[in-house]
Amino acid sequence: MKATYLNSKHKDLGGFMVDFSGWEMPLHYGSQLNEHNEVRTNVGIFDVSHMAVFDLDGKKQEDFLRFLLPNDIKKINGQNKAMYSPMLNHEGGILDDLIVYYLGNKSFRIVSNCATREKNLSWLSKIAEPFDVGVDFKSDYSILALQGPNSYKFIKSHIEKDISKFSVHNTDDVMIASTGYTGELGYEIICDQEKGIKFWNEFISNDVQPIGLAARDTLRLEAGLNLYGTDMDETNTPYDSNIGWTIDFNDKDRDFIGKNALEEKKDSKKILKGFYTEERGVLRGGAEVIFEGGSGVVTSGTWSPTFKKNIGFCRVDKNCGEIGSAVLRDKKITLKFSNTNFLESLK
Amino acid sequence: MSDNEKNLKFLDSHEWARDDDGVVTVGISNHAQELLGDIVYVELPQIGSSVSQKDGVAIVESVKAASDVYSPLTGEIVEINEKLSDNPEIINSSPYEDGWFFKVKPQNINELDEMLDSDAYKKLSEE
Repeated sequence: MKATYLNSKHKDLGGFMVDFSGWEMPLHYGSQLNEHNEVRTNVGIFDVSHMAVFDLDGKKQEDFLRFLLPNDIKKINGQNKAMYSPMLNHEGGILDDLIVYYLGNKSFRIVSNCATREKNLSWLSKIAEPFDVGVDFKSDYSILALQGPNSYKFIKSHIEKDISKFSVHNTDDVMIASTGYTGELGYEIICDQEKGIKFWNEFISNDVQPIGLAARDTLRLEAGLNLYGTDMDETNTPYDSNIGWTIDFNDKDRDFIGKNALEEKKDSKKILKGFYTEERGVLRGGAEVIFEGGSGVVTSGTWSPTFKKNIGFCRVDKNCGEIGSAVLRDKKITLKFSNTNFLESLK
Repeated sequence: MSDNEKNLKFLDSHEWARDDDGVVTVGISNHAQELLGDIVYVELPQIGSSVSQKDGVAIVESVKAASDVYSPLTGEIVEINEKLSDNPEIINSSPYEDGWFFKVKPQNINELDEMLDSDAYKKLSEE
């Protein structure tokens, strides 16, 4: 099994280690619920160095990215910003989702998921070639995510000012960006391992709670953030995955991968909705959801530590109404459909 | 291993059983609660219901997964741990004491002898 450079640190901290896409990663350090609550109310630190960092090289990086992605990197307009986008195949199916960071000096960085790292490397390299853009896979980089309402307090000595959401602060080979996967204020720190371990030790010695992948999943679900491979994959388009907003048709002259296919699939009948239920028992991925006139499927489901009820995402018809049902352990339960961002819809 | 753990009997499906003067208390092992992680729901059997050996009679659900809890013996459910409904996290903090699930009055107490002793269970759960 592969391991991040912090593997022994996780074990020393009591990490319950599991196989995550071939990587030995901490699921939790004792209690995923406590970890979840710590991130919602205070601050926590995640090691996500299993994710993939690709640094681009060459003069036509922006042209390459404008062709590669349905979201248009032009909109960050040379500011030190980050942009979320899915990456599509020619049929408009989702190959992965990622964040592009502008590092300054006309240079960009892509961070994408762990399970797709090899696939992405070959796809990116293939698409980049005619643009004469190099794709450098930084497979040994450190990626830490400091997340929570109090996270600024612990990062402020490393950044000039309180950088706004999706801003990128890049100096001395350390990139700090206000991005994350929890719905909270937070920062992602990308650097080499030597600097990474200094950050990790600094946060841990300041009593920042390490957070495992289990809490990462409940945090992202409450915040309405999709998990690639679970809530969307190559058989889905952004339209039926609640991320239609990432498709930018504003520049009519811009061609991008999947554009033609998407124009035909704009009127998708399917949609990714949130659901919640007050009833006991967790409806999990794969469960069938019934609504008036049709049925759909749960893509992710969990017990919400923040709202103390069962929540999830399901792929259903657009006209699914407000109420659905499902069968859980031979019992019919009622579901309420909602916005996928439960931090908004249940607050 | 704690002293009280040593005196328990186990199923390979991670239940423990303890004979208290002819009534057998059943719960899930420390190893099981560790595997499940934070427990959020428990469904317990009805008092007075008849159960057969290795019947799924309760359900324990963590944030991660739901799992059946089997009765190690044939008999009648005589008591359930009501506290678990509102405070299922007791199972995580005290699997062998406060986190017990139900008590069975067995038809044949000798069925306990078919269960694993703590050493055999420990070996199995370390595999």
